[in-house]
Amino acid sequence: MADRAECPPASLPLRERMKIPRQHMPEQPAIERAANFSEVNLGYSEELALQEALRCLDCRKPLCMQNCPVGVKVQEFVDLIVAGDFLGAAAKIREDNVLPAITGRVCPQEDHCEGSCVLAKKGESLGIGYLERFVADYEQRMGVFHVPAVPPTGKKVAVVGSGPSGLTVAGDLVQRGHQVRVLEALHELGGVLAYGIPEFRLPRNIIKQQIDYLRATGIEFETNVIVGKTVTIDELMQEEGYDAVFIGTGAGAPLFMNIPGEQLNGVYSANEFLTRINLMKAYKFPEYDQPIVDIRGKDVAVIGGGNTALDAIRTALRLGARKAYVLYRRSEAEMPARAEEIRHARQEGIDFRLLTNPTEFLSNGEGWLSGVRCVRMQLGEPDASGRRRPVPINGSEFDLPLSVAVISVGTSANPVIQSTTPGLATDKRGYIQADPITQRTSCKGVFAGGDIVTGSATVILAMGAGRRAAKSIHEYLTTGEW
Amino acid sequence: MFRIVRVETLAPGIRRLQIEAPRIARKQKPGQFVIVRVYEEGERIPLTIEKSDPQRGTIDIVVQSVGKTTHLLNRLETGDAILDVVGPLGQPSEIEKFGTVVTIGGGVGTAMAYPTAAALKQAGNFVICIVGARDRERVILEREMRSVSDELMITTDDGSYGSKGLVTERLQEIIERGTHIDRVLAVGPILMMKAVADLTRARGIPTIVSLNPIMLDGTGMCGGCRVLVDGKSQFACVDGPEFDAHGVDFDTLLRRNAMYREAEKKSMDQCYQEMESHGR
Repeated sequence: MADRAECPPASLPLRERMKIPRQHMPEQPAIERAANFSEVNLGYSEELALQEALRCLDCRKPLCMQNCPVGVKVQEFVDLIVAGDFLGAAAKIREDNVLPAITGRVCPQEDHCEGSCVLAKKGESLGIGYLERFVADYEQRMGVFHVPAVPPTGKKVAVVGSGPSGLTVAGDLVQRGHQVRVLEALHELGGVLAYGIPEFRLPRNIIKQQIDYLRATGIEFETNVIVGKTVTIDELMQEEGYDAVFIGTGAGAPLFMNIPGEQLNGVYSANEFLTRINLMKAYKFPEYDQPIVDIRGKDVAVIGGGNTALDAIRTALRLGARKAYVLYRRSEAEMPARAEEIRHARQEGIDFRLLTNPTEFLSNGEGWLSGVRCVRMQLGEPDASGRRRPVPINGSEFDLPLSVAVISVGTSANPVIQSTTPGLATDKRGYIQADPITQRTSCKGVFAGGDIVTGSATVILAMGAGRRAAKSIHEYLTTGEW
Repeated sequence: MFRIVRVETLAPGIRRLQIEAPRIARKQKPGQFVIVRVYEEGERIPLTIEKSDPQRGTIDIVVQSVGKTTHLLNRLETGDAILDVVGPLGQPSEIEKFGTVVTIGGGVGTAMAYPTAAALKQAGNFVICIVGARDRERVILEREMRSVSDELMITTDDGSYGSKGLVTERLQEIIERGTHIDRVLAVGPILMMKAVADLTRARGIPTIVSLNPIMLDGTGMCGGCRVLVDGKSQFACVDGPEFDAHGVDFDTLLRRNAMYREAEKKSMDQCYQEMESHGR
C-alpha cells in the first residue's frame, strides 16, 4: 500500500493492545453543525483507524460476527486494517454487506456487533461501525470497483423498492449471476435512505456512490414505478418474464395520533417533513421548488422518541428553529433512538420534554398551529412491549406554544401491493407474511423482507432479510423447488 | 425521461400534453392521475390524466398554468421531455350502471370528469354533463363531453357561452324539472364542489367529488394529502382522490391548500423575473 500510514506493529502484545482507549470519532462542533446540513461525524483518519483496529482482541469465538444481521466477518476485516490493507478490508465487508458506507453510518452497532464485543464487558467496545465506515470511505476515495465476473444464469429477478433490503437482495443476486432489475416508486433511488435519513447523518453523495457501485455490478434500476399501480406483481412474472420477485417496499404509511387539530397547517408527519427536506431539498427553496413552512425563528416540536423523530427535530433546528423540542411520553430509558443520536441532539441544543404526551393541537384561529396541549405522564407497570407503560397524571395538562409540530409515532403497512396481488397473505396489521428464514411469501416465486414484513425496524435488519431472501431466491432459481 | 409527443392549447393557460408513458398508458383508468417532476430542481405535483392510448403508449394530461411548475410545463413543446412521470395514482372511479348520472366539470376539472363520464356512459347510464367555465374561451373539452353525454349543459360565469351562471344553478334546474338523479360526480374548484355537495345533501342524492389536495409522493407514504371525510383522516393519493362529497370537510381542504401560498407566490415572481431577463 503506497500511502500506508506508519502504524504500530500488528504484533503488538495483547497487554499493550488492551491499553489503547477507544478512539474518539471526530465530530463537527455542535454549535457549527446545528446550523448546517453537513455530516456530524467526520470519519477516522488512517491513524485513528489503525489505533482502533489494534484494540480487537481476536476472540476465538467472535460474537460480533454472529450478532451481525448480515454476518460481516468483523475480525477478518479488522485484521486487514491492522495489516494496512484497507481495500482488502472493504472487499471483505462487501462479501456480506453491499452497503458498507451506509451501515458504517446508520447501523445501531451497539445492538449488534459492538453490543456483543468482549471489550464492552470491562470498558468500551471496539468501534466496529467507525472502522467499517473508514474502509468503505477509503474504497470510495480510491475509486476501486470490484466487479466479480460471474457466468449469467439466464434468470431474471425483479426487486420492488430500492431501500436497504432491496439493494441487498439485488447486490447479492447479481453476484450469483442473475439478471436483476430494481423498481423504485420515487424519482430517486435509496428508499428510506434517500427520503428519510437526513444529509447530516448520511450524505446524499454516499448513497449515490454506493448505488453507483451496485449499478457497475450490472444491476438495472428503474425509477417512477409503483408496483401495484404502474405494474402488478403478477404482470411482472407473467408478462415481463421475471422468474422471481422480491418485495422490499418498507413500512411506508405514517401513523397519526388521532387527536384534535391534526389537520392544522403546520402539522406534519415525520415522513412528509423529512421527504420535503431530504428528497425534495426544500431547505434550498427557492433554488429548489418544493416549499416547506418557514421555520426560521419559530418553535418546533417533534412527537416521538425514535431515530426518525430525532432526525426530524435536528433538521428543524438546522432550518433555523428558535426552540426545538422532543415530546416523548416515556422516559429516556425507553427511547428507541440510538444513544449516539440522543447525545448529538442534546449537544446541539434540542430540548427533551420526556414523560410528556400531546393531547390536542391548538389553532391560532386561522387554521394554523399555535401550540400543543400536553399531559405529563408517569411510568406504570410494563406493557406488552416490556417497557413501562406511561400513564397520564391527572390535572397536569399544560400548553406549549408552537408553530410547527412533526408527528413521528411510527408507521403502518402501505397496502398498495397487498391489495393488488391475489393470494399474497398478510397478517392482521396488513404486513406481508414471509417465512423468517427463507423470506418466501404465500405466492410462488415471490419473496418479501424488511419493514413491509416486520413493521418498522432498522436498516441493518432489513439488509439481513435481504441477505436471507437472496440466498433463498438463488436456491429457488437453481432448483426450481418451492 | 418522458417525451412529449403532442401539444395542444385548449384554452388560455390550459393545454393538453400527450406524453410517452407506456407503463401508465396500459394501466390508467378513469379517475386516476399522475405526479410529475419537470426538472431536477422541480417540485412534485399531481396532474389529471384525461385519457390514454395503451397501443401507442401515450397518456394525455391537461395542465392549467397556476403556479411555477404548471407555467413551465405549459412552455414545453413537442419533442421536449418531462423528467419524472409516475402513476397511474389513486383509486379509479367507481363505474357501474347507476341510472341517471350528472357529471359536473368546473374549469380544468372538466378534464378529470371527462374519462369518468365516458365510462359511465359506456356502462349504460343516462349521462347529463354540466361544463362550467369563467367565459367562452375557457370552456374545454366541449366536443369530448358532448360525445359521451345524453344531455350537455354549458354554463359560463359571464354568460358569454351557454347559459349564464354557476354549475349548481344548472344542477338545481335538473332537479326542479323532476329528473330523477341517481348519482352526481363533481370535479372542479373546491368551492364549486362544496356548493354541489350542499345542494345534493339536502336531497339525498349520492355525490362524489374528486379532491385535489397538495401532494408529495402520491404513494401513501407522507400523509400530506390527508383530508377529513366523515371526521376521519383519509389520504387522497391512495384512498381517493374520489370521496363521498357529503362527508368531506371542504373548509379544511381549502385552508390546507393555502398552506404554501407565500412560497408559491415567491416562486412564481422569481419565475416571471427569470423569464423576463431571458427576454421571453
